[in-house]
Amino acid sequence: MLDLLAGFVGELRAAGLPVSLTENVDAMEAVRHVPLDDRAALRAAMAATMVKRPEHRPAFDAVFDSYFALVAASVDDHGEDVSSLLEEALRSGDPETVRRLARLAVARLAGMEEGRGVRGSAYAFKTMRMLDVDGALARLLAGADGWLERDDIAAAGQRLREEVEAEVRRRLVVERGPEAVARSVRRPLPEDVDFLHASGADLAALHRALRPLARRMASRLARRRRQGRHGRLDFRRTLRRSLSTGGVPADPRFRRPHPHKPEIVVLADVSGSVATFARFTLQLVHALAGEFSAVRTFVFIDGIDEVTHLLAGTDDLASVLARVHEEADVVAADGHSDYGRALSAFWARWGREVTPRTSVVILGDARNNYHAASAEVLAELRLRGRRVWWLNPEPRSYWDTGDSIVSAYAPHCHGVFECRNLRQLEAFVSQIG
Amino acid sequence: MAERFPSIAAVREGLAGADYLADEAISSVVYLADRLEKPVLVEGPAGTGKTELAKAVARWAGSRLIRLQCYEGLDESKALYEWNYRKQLLRIQAGEASATSWSDLEDDIFTEEFLLSRPLLEAIRAEEPVVLLIDEVDRVEVETEALLLEVLSDWQISVPEMGTVAARRIPLVFLTSNATRDLSEALKRRCLYLHLDYPSVEREREIVLARVPELPAHLAAEVARIVRSLRMLDLRKPPSVSETLDWARTLVVLGVSDIDAAVTESTLHVLLKHRADIAAAARELRPAG
Repeated sequence: MLDLLAGFVGELRAAGLPVSLTENVDAMEAVRHVPLDDRAALRAAMAATMVKRPEHRPAFDAVFDSYFALVAASVDDHGEDVSSLLEEALRSGDPETVRRLARLAVARLAGMEEGRGVRGSAYAFKTMRMLDVDGALARLLAGADGWLERDDIAAAGQRLREEVEAEVRRRLVVERGPEAVARSVRRPLPEDVDFLHASGADLAALHRALRPLARRMASRLARRRRQGRHGRLDFRRTLRRSLSTGGVPADPRFRRPHPHKPEIVVLADVSGSVATFARFTLQLVHALAGEFSAVRTFVFIDGIDEVTHLLAGTDDLASVLARVHEEADVVAADGHSDYGRALSAFWARWGREVTPRTSVVILGDARNNYHAASAEVLAELRLRGRRVWWLNPEPRSYWDTGDSIVSAYAPHCHGVFECRNLRQLEAFVSQIG
Repeated sequence: MAERFPSIAAVREGLAGADYLADEAISSVVYLADRLEKPVLVEGPAGTGKTELAKAVARWAGSRLIRLQCYEGLDESKALYEWNYRKQLLRIQAGEASATSWSDLEDDIFTEEFLLSRPLLEAIRAEEPVVLLIDEVDRVEVETEALLLEVLSDWQISVPEMGTVAARRIPLVFLTSNATRDLSEALKRRCLYLHLDYPSVEREREIVLARVPELPAHLAAEVARIVRSLRMLDLRKPPSVSETLDWARTLVVLGVSDIDAAVTESTLHVLLKHRADIAAAARELRPAG
């Protein structure tokens, strides 16, 4: 058991979970107190002692299911028709039916044989495709009556997907052992997913992680502003408090400071290569709008246009960005990023509105398609404004390769930051607040 | 310390008796908190029953509940203890009249008699078993969090003028947090972690049935389904469990026998508290829209 636990903790760490030594010891202690045949209690005990962030829970569950897998039960195949079973399972959402379907489907369709590679996700994907789950879902959803039923069916589909993945994992564990399986299903934690290479599922996870992140950051920024430092001594209130201690000013009172909120101007490159990054950053900045006295957003490719009014009063950024491409005047020439041209246009039209209270944040990879840099605009912005920051979604090692001209702009910025994932984005925003 | 809870199943049954439906994770963690003598950090969205859990445990175990409500600016004089300045001043003035020597006086004014206990000290000094609830711990500053560390890991409080006060019985401690900020690693390390999320449809139905028994069973199922679907929308503030219960009670009061779109739409304000959210939900509700 100890060996198993040690391997388990090692795999958790390899998946990126920060399990400290004391937490490890706590887990060992906790495991002693739960009945070992109670799998749910074992899972709860380990999760309570070693997983201290909800975002890490899916990764923990994947590792747990590999190491403490149920013995794969052999299915008694009565030769039922899986496609009618599929319809029934999706319609009723009954857990037993869904589980039975998942077992049958994996046994018949996944094509798992000894000696093939351990690619857990590939087998699950193949099973789902052979079953034509997406097709059946689409059919049922089209015929569904009202949104409640649609959501029921979608939930059943999700449950089926999880069951199939679990079944594949169970079968693989029997054959290949837990280490190999856990390694094959390892995925990056949401905060480490690279913006530029995120898959559909990763993007959904990112999207879910963003809202709590924004809430957390908003309260952190607000709190820091309120505390900051003490104001001057409030003589009147101190004197009044001192009356209760016989005139001894034991409890000095201070005035509350009123620091100002910064004004933010965001210039975002929305060309195809970096659009995902721009989307997440804009979303975060707008979720934090209350913490800044003003947020103005401009988007550019080779032309530049203001989109603040489009973003105001809506939470649905995806549809706004679709509109941005239609309505905003972001393409002036050929539709390839031209930072020089966009910056010059910004300076000519809106430059005067940048004041010493304005911080300018530029989002982009500085891949300029060999156009002129017009870095002097940034120099002007720096003189006029409070701060100029550049966020680049590319890894630092790619900067200044090919048509990337980060170093032409960098001297005129107060900072150029690599911003490839949520973790780095969070670090940046908490710095500017 | 004598173990309070015999088994995980007993915890679940006991909590159900106190009107709290615990799932496997909740009952396991409560049971472990008792066995390992560790505090439980309960985190999750607002209105998922974090505070209620501590109250239910106290109710079931028949222990006194001591509550420390956290807020920004909470300091040790509100959380741990405070010297009763006024009484000390009186004592000094009384001493001047009877000409007590200063060293006697000093020994005298720094004793328990002049100490005002605040929730943490009170929980530590309690003779009987208590449940300590430290509510919304994410509201205090990071520096203030450090106050809790000594209490939560060593079960003692140092009062410089008097020495250390050690716990007579180790209390069962629940900390709740809405995750508006990350708590420090030091605090998390000392705690068992329990994440309370919105319940599944099945569990929410059970909760509604347990807390609003007047509601017919088929309506409870419908309530749970509608709330589940509302949570799947991209809302600013998804409906919480407590709001679900409020809604169920509203339906009972209105005497609704069948939930249709019109009823839902006219009572949405019980579930959703943002105008944009209500508009978004109403859009979904309209049939074939």
